[in-house]
Amino acid sequence: MSYVASSRPFVVRIIFIATAILILLRLFYIQVIEDKYKLLANDIAIYRKIVFPPRGVIYDRKGHVMLYNQVVYDLVVTPNDIKKEFDTTTFCNALRISKDQFCTILKKIRIKNGPMRQGIFFEQLTPAQTARYQENMYQFNGFELVERSIRTYPDSVGGALLGYIGEVSPAMLKKDRYSSYHQGDYLGMTGLEQFYEEELRGQRGVYFIERDKFNRPTGPYKNGELDTPAVGGKSLQLYLDAALQKYGEQLMANKLGSVVAIDPSTGGILAMISSPTYDPNLLRGSNRARNFTKLQSDATLPMFNRAIKASYNPGSTMKPLTALVALDMGVITPSFGYPCSGGYFACGRKIGCTHEGAGHAANLRLALANSCNAYFCHLYRLSVDARKWGDVKVGLHKWYEYMSSFGLGHATGIDIPYEGSGTLFDTKDYNAMYNGSWNSCTNVFLGMGQGEVALTPLQLANAMCIVANHGFYYTPHFVKAIGNKQRVDKLKPYLEKHQVTHISDSTFSTVAYGMMDVVDKGTGMIARIPGLEICAKTGTVENKALVNGVAMKMKNHSMFVAFAPRVHPKIAIAVIVENAGFGATWAGPIASLMIEQYLKDTIASNRKGIEANMFNAKLISSYTYLIDSARRKKDRAIWDKKQALKNGLLKERSTFKTLLETSKKTGLH
Amino acid sequence: MQNTNNSLFQRIDTKLLFVYLLLVLIGMSAVFSVEYRTTDVSVFLMHKSHMKQAIWLGVSLFVGMLILFTESKFFASFAYLGYALGLTLLVLTIFIGKDVKGSHSWLGIGSFAFQPGEVCKIFTALALAKFLSSPETNFNTWKYRMIGIGLALFPAILIILQKETGLALVYFSFFLVMYREGLPISILVIGLSLIVLTITTLLLSSLAMFIVLTLLAAIVAYLSWRDIKRNVTARGLLIGIWAVCILFSQFIVPITFKKVLQGYQIDRIYSMLGQEVPDKYRKDTEDGHSSKKGNASDYNVTQSKIAIGSGGFWGKGFLNGTQTKNDFVPEQHTDFIFCAIGEQFGFVGSLGLIGLYIFLMLRIIVIGERQRSAFSRIYAYGVAAILFFHFAINISMTIGLAPVIGITLPFLSYGGSSLLSFSVLIFILMRLDADRQVLIR
Repeated sequence: MSYVASSRPFVVRIIFIATAILILLRLFYIQVIEDKYKLLANDIAIYRKIVFPPRGVIYDRKGHVMLYNQVVYDLVVTPNDIKKEFDTTTFCNALRISKDQFCTILKKIRIKNGPMRQGIFFEQLTPAQTARYQENMYQFNGFELVERSIRTYPDSVGGALLGYIGEVSPAMLKKDRYSSYHQGDYLGMTGLEQFYEEELRGQRGVYFIERDKFNRPTGPYKNGELDTPAVGGKSLQLYLDAALQKYGEQLMANKLGSVVAIDPSTGGILAMISSPTYDPNLLRGSNRARNFTKLQSDATLPMFNRAIKASYNPGSTMKPLTALVALDMGVITPSFGYPCSGGYFACGRKIGCTHEGAGHAANLRLALANSCNAYFCHLYRLSVDARKWGDVKVGLHKWYEYMSSFGLGHATGIDIPYEGSGTLFDTKDYNAMYNGSWNSCTNVFLGMGQGEVALTPLQLANAMCIVANHGFYYTPHFVKAIGNKQRVDKLKPYLEKHQVTHISDSTFSTVAYGMMDVVDKGTGMIARIPGLEICAKTGTVENKALVNGVAMKMKNHSMFVAFAPRVHPKIAIAVIVENAGFGATWAGPIASLMIEQYLKDTIASNRKGIEANMFNAKLISSYTYLIDSARRKKDRAIWDKKQALKNGLLKERSTFKTLLETSKKTGLH
Repeated sequence: MQNTNNSLFQRIDTKLLFVYLLLVLIGMSAVFSVEYRTTDVSVFLMHKSHMKQAIWLGVSLFVGMLILFTESKFFASFAYLGYALGLTLLVLTIFIGKDVKGSHSWLGIGSFAFQPGEVCKIFTALALAKFLSSPETNFNTWKYRMIGIGLALFPAILIILQKETGLALVYFSFFLVMYREGLPISILVIGLSLIVLTITTLLLSSLAMFIVLTLLAAIVAYLSWRDIKRNVTARGLLIGIWAVCILFSQFIVPITFKKVLQGYQIDRIYSMLGQEVPDKYRKDTEDGHSSKKGNASDYNVTQSKIAIGSGGFWGKGFLNGTQTKNDFVPEQHTDFIFCAIGEQFGFVGSLGLIGLYIFLMLRIIVIGERQRSAFSRIYAYGVAAILFFHFAINISMTIGLAPVIGITLPFLSYGGSSLLSFSVLIFILMRLDADRQVLIR
């Protein structure tokens, strides 16, 4: 036997144990101390899938779908995850884009989000693109297909009221209000989409999914313990009648103006048309930006919701309101008459009236039916100059308060954003305007709806509701129920009844009968529908527009307000056709056709001719484009000047100053 | 023969048998866990690796039974013959071997293929035991020491010729056996020094290496100036060592890297050192691509470290390993099976497994030391050394402590050839141990 040091078996054991300890120390380091590997593992093997909830669907009063979601795929990319071996050719072929485009888009995303964060590479792939992409998906590291739904308007109507959604902007993301949004999220930009954003939005879902080395999903991570499911947005049920809306848009085609129809008993809006309208489907998907710019630059302003933003002198359509105020103040009774002989002369000048015959304003009902200007100017003066007020300035304020309670001069509070307030002057406004020296003659035109009073079509229709309801109204609104629930906090303001006058029913009847006579034998006979008691008021409103800094008289606005039937009214409507002529010529027929459509569901055959006329009429005058271009020219000049001042050299500034001074001196200014 | 009254089965070491079976079962579950998919309808799917491994366990146990029923003297008398047979197979492999994954080390018989290099470990262990235990061998003389070293390393040379360097390195583990049997420690010290020298050579430039070595020599000379001045041998020794080191670092290492080693091996060595392969050692592979950083073995180790590291202290739980289950770690059911343990059972599980291995190896040492015959003892040390080398290198390479050389984790890695040869090693030991009172020559 060879010599063996007795210690050697132990040395061998020590070597074994020492090696094991070394390995364990290293293991302890990478498993317990170092966090890097855990993060890397999550990065590599676990994929956070965001599931966008379906946005709430919008139904009309009959359950007809007005706005729903269509499934599309977006392609998102994390630039840094693209590997060197990435096969650009295959990828570009799948999407049918050029390599240059590929590089440009990628560069943009890199700059916008940084290389580590996901950005949208390609929005809304076509089904063919999706299929080709999915075939080779495993090769495209860094890219992901994200399913999302886009809003679709099946009837292509109601763009102005339904609104559209858009991607949240970086500026918005900085605000607290949008803290729950992420880059790439969509939100309602206007209309119902914006107003009911919280309800429609739903809650996005996050799913953690394991994936293998080929990027293929293999199953839920931790059996889905950490996942939060997507909660779909709530649906909205509207008062709107989709058929009526569509019909109205057809009637208003090629006209400027708007129609607002309200159910007086609830304040629910049955139709709201702002013409020219646009196909809301243009404002979704990848072409949104392009179409938006196009619509924005259109001289007829299709993106401008005239129904709630534009305001007009109400003209004769104001007269029922003038009468209501006078009656409620107690300054007249329904039998009050005025001896009009073709004009109002009490203020030292003639205010013309279209009627001359004696007795055409012998009582309120007749005066309304004949739309006597003198009668209502007188009524206005009686109201504000009533002895109990003592002073016209108090009287006018009272009158203002009445009109204000009728919803004039301020936003009604409709459930879509950006509502205009119209115009209504209070005493202090007149004081400022006339330096305190004015009387009821100064603004006597208010009685007949001219002067410092302007209503949005919505306010006009709402005012009609007050007449129809005999003195109360509900704030006009679109939404009847959110997710099948009517009694929700968001809808509470719309369930509140606003009582604005305390006139007896019989007195109200007089006003209603007067308005019925308008249709039966007065100015609005064209609106007559056999078997229906329609109460209406025509309006033909003078208006001016600024052309090159000069106020020019334009063709009259054609206006018509109505409600029907007289007893238990079901619809109140206001129609305005800009620069079209007499109220009875255009607005009247449109209003009556709308009423007929809504109440009878069909148009009687003998009225098909009128209907066709309305469909075919093209009433956008060519000067609309001229006015537009003139305005644009002016804007451009102002902007250029500002830019010159801002960026220009000091020299230019001084020349501009000297120019001003010289012009002052020479009196040319 | 001094047969005891007990039967053979009462004399075998149950602890050894138990740990062996436990490790194989752990291996099967680990292989099962990496191939498991939630869609699997049953645990017993024959096309899955763990079921194949079960069949191999059956084969191994059968062979084990045959071994246990063999006369213990047979192994000693058969040792040289077996060694010769092994060498023949190795030589044969060089000529008629099959190419599998870039190595030429597989020998096919019909549809069955095995690595002679794997089997030859057994023969070499037996032959070395036979040689060292024979009365003629005087291990105090350099002649016999050299024969011993040659005996251990000759198969390694043949295996290197088959481009299976990893397996060849296993044969270096026999130095541990020879150390136990009296090989002077100086040889091991010189061996270790050469490894250190190689690594520093790779890390430093040749000029820096030259300066460092010369400075070291100068410092040693200064510190032992008295000896150097008086003693000629000391002077000669110092200059000699310095010259050998310079020769080694300036010529032998670069030449080895340029001419002998394969591109992927260089990659792996540098990858372990955390360095990029310098241009001078870069080799064009067959398909024209030159090796570079971010190569395959680097990827393996990174993924393996992620899998093990993400296991944390307690692990993710059985079948919850996201990395191993989803195929991120290449070769994860064979060479990288440890990842499955590390990820699913964390540090605690790793500790348990390593503890089991250490227990097994120490048990084998204990068994070795209680043998009456030197043959059995040396064989036991051979088994322990082979296991140790496989265990240490395999786990080290999964955690980036050693270069990736394709050697398996004993009993755990999937693969019939590996399981069978380790089983045979263990069962022969068990058989010899059953006759530990008998003198076997």
